[in-house]
Amino acid sequence: MFSRPIDIIIPKLAPAFAMILALFLALAALPARADDDPAALIKALGTANFTDAEKIVGDLGKTGDIKLVPALEALSGGDLDLRKADGNVFIGKAAGSQMTLIDPLSGAEVGKEAKGGLVKIKINNGLRRAIRAAQGGLTLLSPDRAVRLEAADALLKAPSQDNLELLDTALAKEKDGEVKKLLAEARAVSVIGSDLPLDDKRAAIALIRAVGGQDAVAILGNAAPSADPALKGDIDAAITKIQADIALWNSVQNITYGISLGSVLLLAAIGLAITFGVMGIINMAHGEMVMLGAYCTFIVQQAIRAHAPELFDWSLAIALPVAFLVTGAFGLVIERCVIRFLYGRPLETLLATWGISLMLQQLVRSLFGPTNQEVANPSWMSGSFGLGGLTITWNRLWILVFSLSVFFALLMLLKRSSFGLQMRAVTQNRRMASSMGIRTPFVDAFTFALGSGIAGMAGVALSQIDNVSPNLGQSYIIDSFMVVVFGGVGNLWGTLVGAFSLGIVNKFLEPYAGAVLGKILVLVLIILFIQKRPRGLFALKGRAVEA
Amino acid sequence: MITAFLFRSLDGKVLAGVAILIALAILVPVLSLATGPDSALHMPTYLVALFGKYLTYAMLALALDLVWGFCGILSLGHGAFFALGGYAMGMYLMRQIGPRGTYGDPILPDFMVFLNWKELPWFWHGFDMFWFAALMVLVAPGLLAFVFGWFAFRSRVNGVYLSIITQAMTYALLLAFFRNDMGFGGNNGLTDFKDILGFNIQADGTRAALFSLSALFLAGSLLLVSGIVRSKYGKVLVGIRDAESRTRFLGYRVENMKLFAFVVSAMMAGVAGALYVPQVGIINPGEFSPANSIEVVIWTAVGGRATLIGPIIGAVLVNGGKTVFTGLFPDAWLFALGGLFVAVTLFLPKGIVGTVAQFVTRRRQNKAAAKADTINGNPQAAE
Repeated sequence: MFSRPIDIIIPKLAPAFAMILALFLALAALPARADDDPAALIKALGTANFTDAEKIVGDLGKTGDIKLVPALEALSGGDLDLRKADGNVFIGKAAGSQMTLIDPLSGAEVGKEAKGGLVKIKINNGLRRAIRAAQGGLTLLSPDRAVRLEAADALLKAPSQDNLELLDTALAKEKDGEVKKLLAEARAVSVIGSDLPLDDKRAAIALIRAVGGQDAVAILGNAAPSADPALKGDIDAAITKIQADIALWNSVQNITYGISLGSVLLLAAIGLAITFGVMGIINMAHGEMVMLGAYCTFIVQQAIRAHAPELFDWSLAIALPVAFLVTGAFGLVIERCVIRFLYGRPLETLLATWGISLMLQQLVRSLFGPTNQEVANPSWMSGSFGLGGLTITWNRLWILVFSLSVFFALLMLLKRSSFGLQMRAVTQNRRMASSMGIRTPFVDAFTFALGSGIAGMAGVALSQIDNVSPNLGQSYIIDSFMVVVFGGVGNLWGTLVGAFSLGIVNKFLEPYAGAVLGKILVLVLIILFIQKRPRGLFALKGRAVEA
Repeated sequence: MITAFLFRSLDGKVLAGVAILIALAILVPVLSLATGPDSALHMPTYLVALFGKYLTYAMLALALDLVWGFCGILSLGHGAFFALGGYAMGMYLMRQIGPRGTYGDPILPDFMVFLNWKELPWFWHGFDMFWFAALMVLVAPGLLAFVFGWFAFRSRVNGVYLSIITQAMTYALLLAFFRNDMGFGGNNGLTDFKDILGFNIQADGTRAALFSLSALFLAGSLLLVSGIVRSKYGKVLVGIRDAESRTRFLGYRVENMKLFAFVVSAMMAGVAGALYVPQVGIINPGEFSPANSIEVVIWTAVGGRATLIGPIIGAVLVNGGKTVFTGLFPDAWLFALGGLFVAVTLFLPKGIVGTVAQFVTRRRQNKAAAKADTINGNPQAAE
């Protein structure tokens, strides 16, 4: 907004008589201006040229009379008209072939006039800026906080020495922190261009520098050409400093993007860390479990929309257990019907689960159609908030929180519960565990169901940020495997570290290499990394030659 | 020595397979060209191209069988080698279009003119010559396999991990070839071919010749793979498949042997891709998709892993099934394919050929045992 080109209208071939006429008009306007009566000032507007009009508008702004705001608005909107007959100025509203005339001060309707009897008061960009500043000045004292904020912003964008007095008054009265900050900024901007002592200007530059941001660079950049030459160095230094700050914030923002991507990867991979990492099943149907979870969300939301719209904000909380149970049940069936025959033959599980994934995709496609289904965000997951120079969206934050809580809950389950103990026993030594009285088929089935259920819960979360279509799972399956393999099979902590490091590396490569090339580079890096550490980042230690 | 190699490779089934392929290579062009369209024996051109495509798939499955069936390397990235061979051939065919493209540029293919490129990228030079393109069909996949295998086998990445990184490899290539900046036509790939070695690529004669070539190359590959697995080296390969560490402890350089098999297999896949492209008339990045490579695995598994004829039968059967199914019940195809994956792994782990062979051997053994029993004067007790 601030960088809007300021085009100055230069009358190139103004006929001489027009100049003379303008001079006369200006002379005629001057006496009217002498008294500071708003009505007289507005009347003078009707005949003033652009330069004089700017002055008049400035004077109007200084009156501090809120009643003048509609008139100024009308002027900037081109609705202020001069009645040829008596030289009075009105706000004109078109009503058929005639115009309804409204008194600019009182707002009362005063009559009608044919369109031919009125002349529109023209404005140019310089005048427009003056109007905005004047409006800003008038509204600075408004009791409405939002109006004051807007006014301060307008003054910030149109710095002028004339505003200083007004800003000082407003600053003295202002109680609200945010408005006060903006006012101080606006004042600082105006100070730079004023004829105040150098020290004041230096303080102003320091204040703008402390505020920072892209706007501050633009403000200082615009102020630089007209500023005191002695200040050049200060302004340049301030701009460099602000830009360094912005670069720093950008990399912090990149880290947050990376963490966000990492949390998505973690969520997608965490179920696989159970089925692949712990059980050794190359579960190619994992992505489809995620997809089923997302469709559960869709169904739950449809049901809520139809039967209990007031519960909509709870839809995700309802969808989570539903998705966990549905995909867990799918997992249980798959394990009992297919996978239990394939233990110890990992490559065959790959083929069988790939077949299952094809069937599940086609099943969903037949039931819901191949197109994307719309899953809405509940209100608490929409929007974003700022933190320093960062923008963080709520849904990304919630997904981070959710993925970490799932992770730690799973960790507790594995390490602290008796089911977790049995699970680990079976995966480490099936026969020994069986001899100790553990029902290994039961444990196998429920471990696989647990992994699938977690994938389903991941689907609920991912439905918030991705398209819910039958292909949803396919886009996560390779990434999930990369995370688990990179982190080290059989180690949940490895999955955590793997997910976040891949996420962050990916987002850091993106600005330099572009999204696709960045992803390719990450894949190549993983392939190279596996050469170096064939068992991943956190390998389980063992003595076997062929583990 | 070469004679010995070939002689060893020719046992009953392989001999029959090679003979059938050579017969097809002669018969199909005759049926397609010499008979009139009204004749009952006439083979329409689209069928010739379709079966030609199946034969290239069969060659790809055979290439995978060499590394998976006989060496235990489950590559989920063989589609990448196939596609690379295909792209090498596609680049030759693009250069052959010359000024007949939409934009009429004598040197630059259409998509480069469209992207406003001024000159040919360095890696497109030489592809106007057939011998160079043919060389690249072998070199590009071979080199990728060599570099990839060199690192992977040396650091003893094997089993599941190897499968997953081969999948990552083909996925990375998929993403890379989708980029317009790569200079391979991006999303649309290479297409609109006009002629090959001066022959119109759409002509019936060219189609028939390409079919024959595919059949002959497949027969050659069959001989090659058969020769490899029946040689002493082939025995060691099987040893690596069954007990890698033990083979290593016996003093064999396991990584070099795996690398050799991997590179040969990749080159075969490349040749298959090169024969595939002129018959289907397009090559695009979709060929790199991991799903394609996994499908190759199922062809091999259906036919019979670690058999020589199996992958050929599997590839033709599954793809024939796909053509029929997608025509009749388009929605059911993925159910059928998925069901096939599950059924084969559960019920036919040896594949069709393997199961039949097992059945035959068992019957033969039973007969022999019965005969021995009769000779020894102990007729089998009736139970």
